[in-house]
Amino acid sequence: MFNFEQVDVWQRVIEFLQQLINGLALGSILALIALGYTMVYGILRFINFAHGDIFMLGAFAGFYLAPKIAAVLPTPSIWAGLAVMGISMMICAAIGVVIERFAYRPLRRSPKLAVLITAIGVSLFLEYTGQLVFGAAPKKFPDLIPVYPLTQFGGLSINSNQVLVLGVTLLLLLALKFITLKTKIGTAMRALSFNPEAAALMGINTDFVISFTFALGSALAAAAGILYAISYPAIDPLMGILPGLKAFVAAVLGGIGNLPGAALGGLIIGVTETLVSGYISSTYRDAIAFGVLILILLIKPSGLLGKKEVEKV
Amino acid sequence: MRFRHAKLLLLVALGLSLLVSLGADRIDAYVLFVLYNIGIYIILAVSLNLINGYTGQFSLGHAGFMAVGGYTAAVITNQFGALNPFASGALFFGALLAGGLLAAVAGLLVGLPTLRLKGDYLAIVTLGFGEIIRVIFQNMDRVGGARGLSVMHGYTNFFWTFGMAAVTVYVVTALVHSTYGRGFIAVRDDEIAAEAMGINTTKYKVTAFVVGAFFAGIAGGLYAHSTQFLTPGGFNFMQSIAIVVMVILGGMGNTPGVILAAILLTLLPEGLRWMAGVEHLPGIAKMHPLGWIGDTRMIIYSLLLIVLMLTRPQGLFIWRRKFRNAPP
Repeated sequence: MFNFEQVDVWQRVIEFLQQLINGLALGSILALIALGYTMVYGILRFINFAHGDIFMLGAFAGFYLAPKIAAVLPTPSIWAGLAVMGISMMICAAIGVVIERFAYRPLRRSPKLAVLITAIGVSLFLEYTGQLVFGAAPKKFPDLIPVYPLTQFGGLSINSNQVLVLGVTLLLLLALKFITLKTKIGTAMRALSFNPEAAALMGINTDFVISFTFALGSALAAAAGILYAISYPAIDPLMGILPGLKAFVAAVLGGIGNLPGAALGGLIIGVTETLVSGYISSTYRDAIAFGVLILILLIKPSGLLGKKEVEKV
Repeated sequence: MRFRHAKLLLLVALGLSLLVSLGADRIDAYVLFVLYNIGIYIILAVSLNLINGYTGQFSLGHAGFMAVGGYTAAVITNQFGALNPFASGALFFGALLAGGLLAAVAGLLVGLPTLRLKGDYLAIVTLGFGEIIRVIFQNMDRVGGARGLSVMHGYTNFFWTFGMAAVTVYVVTALVHSTYGRGFIAVRDDEIAAEAMGINTTKYKVTAFVVGAFFAGIAGGLYAHSTQFLTPGGFNFMQSIAIVVMVILGGMGNTPGVILAAILLTLLPEGLRWMAGVEHLPGIAKMHPLGWIGDTRMIIYSLLLIVLMLTRPQGLFIWRRKFRNAPP
């Protein structure tokens, strides 16, 4: 009798750890997307609704690149995976810059709502064009990277993919931290988010910095797209909508405009969602992100790490 | 004043819709369906215009209120079998009203806690509430969950649709142009100044949400009894966005413009479909010279949206500057 209960507790702990690891893997993908939202919001103060679709394009770029890479490198291998991710990030960075140049830049001085609606238009455009070009049916993402089970200890199963997702995310976060804190362009980005006019007066080429921000955010979204497709290999043109919304929620949760906040928010949303779908109900998982968001905004509207803005007349 | 004949106009609109409704069996079913959609979107867009346009609270959750109204009305009418026309009319009216009231309660629940928030935050929270409402319906086995709910009776007709649309337009216009209603515009124009002048801004915002949600619920009921099938997916945030786009294209706080935009944007996809010949046999669509439009009509819609925002960000139907001759 006593022994039974012990086993039960042990299994519960294992199960919880399992959910936690799954949640961290999902959360780190959301964190990568959330960084793009938060960077753009920090500088331009608008919600780039098309960001989730850049994530989708990243996954599809990987889908079409994989056979090409397979001709050069041995495929399933870590090098093929990294090559695909790198090229896909470059493609999406270029797409992000093009979108900013033609859809958002002409509206720099327009009311915020007009920019928001344009972003929604761009998002719809990418989704429907995706449906036309890629086909609406889900596609199976090729096996880019070999998957090894790392441990089966006591029912806890971790595979190399989950470690890879966490590792790549961590590397990208460190790279982003280096770019924003140590480089000239990063300093310019931060200056712009403090005060665009003053930054321009100091001789910062604001258009270039904004383009760079979009390139950076889109590249991170593309990386997230590849990591997502490796973990959940069915991809379709509408796959970006929900992760995009959840990542935005993550950005708000962490305090929008705040980079560490976005990463933290992503992890929190990912873990909460996985825990809720594991323990309570999987059908409510899509509502969790928003429930968390509403709670946070009611308690601390500036987000977890955001600074409170004082309203001036 | 511009709205001197408002009550008369309302009566004329009601009478006209009743008249058309009596001859509705001569109209092609497809045309009728599109007309109902126009009426439903007029209600949705005009009621959202009260929240977004007149009160300046950017809400992205209108489809959620529509879902509450639609499901409520459908569940009520599904309880009854076939009735004589008079009884079914009374039942339908009651169901619509119940749907509207429940949606208004939802609006109150959403409005009270969230209205401390502003701008983008409010937008994303209302979007979140809309999605939560959708997920709740998706998990309610009582109304079919994700499989959807069949609505047994197609009670929606020309009279109800356009009668309700006329009532919505009348109520929103009369509300905004009343002495009380100047408060909505004051909240939009400068919330801090309005508060300093002694206007209870929270009350105005909540009122706008509740009234807007009520009419969205009524539109949901009409929609339920026109398509006769409800799925939670039909009330996702794309639906909310479609309504927001109507408000913005029409010009925020410009009811006639919003009505025009609702009509145009409902007709646009149908028109593109018709141009592509999709309404005929699928094989013909391929040979039709404009058949490519069938595949690309949603892309055209999104491109039009971007181009319109780039060229006329203030909305399509704002001709004069907004506040030049605002009524006293």
